[in-house]
Amino acid sequence: MAIGKDRTRRNWLLSAPALILLTLAAAGPLLIMVVYSFLSPGQYGNVQWIFSLEGWRSILFTEDIFEPGKYTLADAHLTILMRSLKLSLLTTLITALVGFPTAWFIATKPPKTRVLWLFLITIPFWTNLLIRTFAINEVIRNEGLLNSFLLWAGLITEPLRIIYTDTAVFIGMAYVYLPFMVLPIFAAIDRFDMRLLEAGFDLYASRLQVLRRVILPIVKPGIIAGSILVFTPSIGAYVIPRILGGGKNLMVGNLIDLQFGQGRNWPLGAALGMTLLVIVMIALAVYTRVTNRENDRG
Amino acid sequence: MPNKIAVEARNAVKVFGQGDTSHSALNDVSISIKQGEFFTLLGPSGCGKTTLLRLIAGFETPTSGQILLDGADITALPPNKRAVNTVFQSYALFPHLTVAQNVGFGLQMQGRPKAEVKATTAEMLALVKLDAMADRKISQLSGGQQQRVALARALAPKPKVLLLDEPLSALDAKLRKDMQIELKRLQHETGITFIFVTHDQEEALTMSDRIAVMSAGNILQIGAPRDIYVKPANRFVASFIGETNFLPGTTAPGGVRLDCGATVAVDGSFMPGKVTLAVRPEQVRVQGAGTAGAIPAIITNWVYFGTDTHCYLVLSDGSPVVARLQSPAMGEAGLEIGASVGVTFAPGAAQVLKD
Repeated sequence: MAIGKDRTRRNWLLSAPALILLTLAAAGPLLIMVVYSFLSPGQYGNVQWIFSLEGWRSILFTEDIFEPGKYTLADAHLTILMRSLKLSLLTTLITALVGFPTAWFIATKPPKTRVLWLFLITIPFWTNLLIRTFAINEVIRNEGLLNSFLLWAGLITEPLRIIYTDTAVFIGMAYVYLPFMVLPIFAAIDRFDMRLLEAGFDLYASRLQVLRRVILPIVKPGIIAGSILVFTPSIGAYVIPRILGGGKNLMVGNLIDLQFGQGRNWPLGAALGMTLLVIVMIALAVYTRVTNRENDRG
Repeated sequence: MPNKIAVEARNAVKVFGQGDTSHSALNDVSISIKQGEFFTLLGPSGCGKTTLLRLIAGFETPTSGQILLDGADITALPPNKRAVNTVFQSYALFPHLTVAQNVGFGLQMQGRPKAEVKATTAEMLALVKLDAMADRKISQLSGGQQQRVALARALAPKPKVLLLDEPLSALDAKLRKDMQIELKRLQHETGITFIFVTHDQEEALTMSDRIAVMSAGNILQIGAPRDIYVKPANRFVASFIGETNFLPGTTAPGGVRLDCGATVAVDGSFMPGKVTLAVRPEQVRVQGAGTAGAIPAIITNWVYFGTDTHCYLVLSDGSPVVARLQSPAMGEAGLEIGASVGVTFAPGAAQVLKD
């Protein structure tokens, strides 16, 4: 009994640093955000300690400047929220579609070359995100590499307008987050027993059926992990839409930045941050539920 | 027609790799397997038996030669277009499916109606006595149960031929014996042609209608278990199937003159010169020294095995001989280590082998 108690105390002591760090670094700031979202904005930023629901209401409704008390739907905020959702879902989808064959390709290489391919996949991480994003800018801008090449080849007569559009943001995010999809799927395929492929073919399954009925259900945890790793930073992206969206095609991350900066509306910023968190949590819950149900159906 | 040919390989050659690193797994193998037969491919690892099985399954294509199923050339068909199913050495069961879903997989892929899939699955689970396990996950089963699921899964689509790639090698000795009997029963009840790959000669002898002994990509001998045991075609077959005493000698009028000086009568004709005489241990008799016609020997050791006692002897030229004797017949008198005795062979037991 006494030994059991000692052990419990020792376990608490051992995990104390991690618990303290988690509380201070994760739960603490989150709590501050929750509190700020229910306060009133200060004149030059910061907050006034007066309870208000204005921050939360401003997410969806704007008060008329000339008629206080009259509220209209905040179209700008909705557009930005929808764009964030759309672009991050598209990014997740395209990285999964591109990442799965890539991961399969790497996982089926002999161990020696596999290390090399994995190494190549991680090379983009060596460079700062900002620099990589400017590099994409350099490729897709009107006088950039892509347009110069297409013009030179005679395939187009006018430069394609990609930069400062949703497409540009989408390309940037897909490029930057692709490794986050490839690596977990690779880990899942690496554990996959390739002999099951022969069993599938032996039992009259076509190539497509083997993919759908044998491979995908078994490596699904890897795809789910990859999707979470891509979707979560995508919907909160800040640098990429800032540079490739050219300040017009904002995403939630930029909107939040705006509220804490020029907008001087910290409660709204905090409320937007909490909204983002809730969206991510709902998306993950729905996603896991749907994929699990598919699995049960077999 | 009981003697219809189910599977045929014609001059099948399989070479893996290219150039200097290439290695030939099968050298021009031809074989005919009858319908309803329990046919075993027997040989040490790397002899080409699994390669031949994979050619029939369709996992490999032959470098040259043909594979025929029911008289039709299936050499170019992929595995999912062949009415042949495999029981894999590793079982290769689908871990994300239940026992019943595993068994029904092949039928589903063939697009059979749902009711039929369900009925056949139930029938197959009953056949391998796993009715109670239908909704279990594969990971919840023991090795022996997994083996049965693999069997039921491969039998469910009612293939023309069932291929079994060392299916019993992962089981412990007791379970293995049970599954050998079980497999024979299943083959009898379903009437499906079984092609069984093993490196275990005892397994091959007890289960097969016919055996093909393979070595280094060639088939050395095809025959019923008794034929192969009693009349091995060459030294490799004789040593691989059962235990054999090999005695060096030279041909002499009426038989073979062993290096120890004794002459043994041998039936049949053979090329004169240096030869090897093969005698199974159970055909060796140990008698008193000086018995007429006996070869002088000295007992070096003996080991009691229950029904049998193995007696280890040495001839005057140093050649070792093992005799397998029935324990009760031997009694007290006799097997003293170091004792001089006489060794005789049962009539017709000694055979001259090609090396």
